Amino acid sequence: MNAKQLKNKANVLRGDVLDVIYKANTGHIGGDYSVIDILTCLYNEVMNISPETVNDPDRDRFIMSKGHSVEALYAVLADRGFFSMEEYKNTFSKLGSKFIGHPNNELPGIEMNTGSLGHGLPVGVGMALAGKLDNRDYRVYVVTGDGELAEGSLWEAFQSAVHYKLDNLIAIIDRNGLQISGTTEEVMASGDMAEKLKTFGWDVVDVKNGNDTAELLEAFEHCKKKEGKPHVIVAHTTKGSGVSFMENKAAWHHHVPTEEQYLKAKEELKGQVQ
Amino acid sequence: MAVTNRQIIADVLTEAAYKDKDILVLCSDSRGSGSMTGFFETHPAQAIEVGIAEQDLVSISAGLASCGKKPYAVSPASFLSSRSVEQIKIDVCYSRTNVKLIGISGGVSYGALGMSHHGAQDIAMISAIPNIRVYIPSDQYETRFLMQQMVKDNEAAYIRVSRNPSEDVYAADTQFEFNKAKTVCEGNDATIIACGEFVSTAKKAAGLLKEKGINVRVLDMYCIKPIDKETIIKAAGETGNIITIEEHSVIGGLGSMVASVVTENCPCKMKILGLPDEELICGSQTEIFEHENLTPQGVADEVIKLIKK
Repeated sequence: MNAKQLKNKANVLRGDVLDVIYKANTGHIGGDYSVIDILTCLYNEVMNISPETVNDPDRDRFIMSKGHSVEALYAVLADRGFFSMEEYKNTFSKLGSKFIGHPNNELPGIEMNTGSLGHGLPVGVGMALAGKLDNRDYRVYVVTGDGELAEGSLWEAFQSAVHYKLDNLIAIIDRNGLQISGTTEEVMASGDMAEKLKTFGWDVVDVKNGNDTAELLEAFEHCKKKEGKPHVIVAHTTKGSGVSFMENKAAWHHHVPTEEQYLKAKEELKGQVQ
Repeated sequence: MAVTNRQIIADVLTEAAYKDKDILVLCSDSRGSGSMTGFFETHPAQAIEVGIAEQDLVSISAGLASCGKKPYAVSPASFLSSRSVEQIKIDVCYSRTNVKLIGISGGVSYGALGMSHHGAQDIAMISAIPNIRVYIPSDQYETRFLMQQMVKDNEAAYIRVSRNPSEDVYAADTQFEFNKAKTVCEGNDATIIACGEFVSTAKKAAGLLKEKGINVRVLDMYCIKPIDKETIIKAAGETGNIITIEEHSVIGGLGSMVASVVTENCPCKMKILGLPDEELICGSQTEIFEHENLTPQGVADEVIKLIKK
């Protein structure tokens, strides 16, 4: 798929995420919308994974370290045929549902369970290391939040990934600048992340607009290089991207739209699909 | 020469790793204390150092396991069980990865180093998490048997051993049953249920009591989880008077787990012996045990008290 097709798909999926959260009366819509373009690119163009290859030892792996953006991940996976979109929409968060409010690896396509922050990257280091040990060509992609970077366990992994020269590991930081209590700089300043990670020894790609699929595809292409360094994409995204009244508002980290807001958001999203 | 249980673990893994290339040992700057220096030398391609980073030790192991590897994460029990408890809960148990956690220098092995180094809450913390087994073997023969089981299966487990050589409880040709308590002594007046270092203490206490005409059954409950309910219920019915002893806090350990089984199935008089719920006095492991009266004589006295109660 080209960048435009991917963007269209992401906007359609934003509508599906909206349906899910409105119906279930729960969800993390702000982070879903900041990360959904990244996920759409990964699963439809970048990663070597499909419903037919979920158990293939050579498949690319993905871990959603910011597990609360699961509604976007489930939507992208359902759209790719890993499981039924209808079942997802009807049962998300319901009693006994497999569609738990954080990734559940009993569902096809979900590699690891997350939810508590700071776990995905070190697990990804283990997966990438296994690939190196077995001389397999797969890559491991991990999405983290930016507020999540306050978790010390991530920094243990930023260090070990360089130590083990894991150039098959690609971390993507969803740099939307907001977390539940406010801006990341107010809550716990993370400063110049690109510079910090360069100092740690990572190959850093700064993506100015992390909701622009063309820019993302270019960054992912760059990260296919295997030159002994792990890659990190600092994707400057917009929390709530795609719906005007949700954009850049910390309040939409975990907020369910009213009926009026739901209808308005649907309308806006429809207008963006070309 | 006396051998440590950690050395037995290293021996079994070193041997198994020649045939099974998926076996990996991960250390957090703990290869020396884990007796894994030899493994790192004989199997450099299967040995992974993560540095002093116990959280990532467990997460990296989980990632490796999710790709078909069979990682053994070896680190002091105190840090492995508490610093990494969330990684154990989510990356190992919740994600159902085949990670074996080896807690070395458990209990008060590091006696004089203080509470930071005491692994006295590990059973409580790990047993409360679903999808993981917990084992504390007593001597070298039981440790070898247990590890030979571990290299055969594909489910998560936490295995805790001591730093110092453990006294032999068994003869070299003793047969063990997996997930089944081992009866060390027969008797019908009371039962001592012990694990780890305290199995030999319990055996000696039974010897002291025998001289007084009291016949005590001693059970080695190396399988803390899944606990051997059947053997506990049988003992409660046949002997009453159950005493447990463990190198763990008296809260949430072997005693608590035995008490749950006894209370729900066959209530009888019980006494839970172990490390008190307080900061422990400075001293070696042996000195701490003596100070807390966790000696053969101390245990024998408690058995008599319980029978008379």
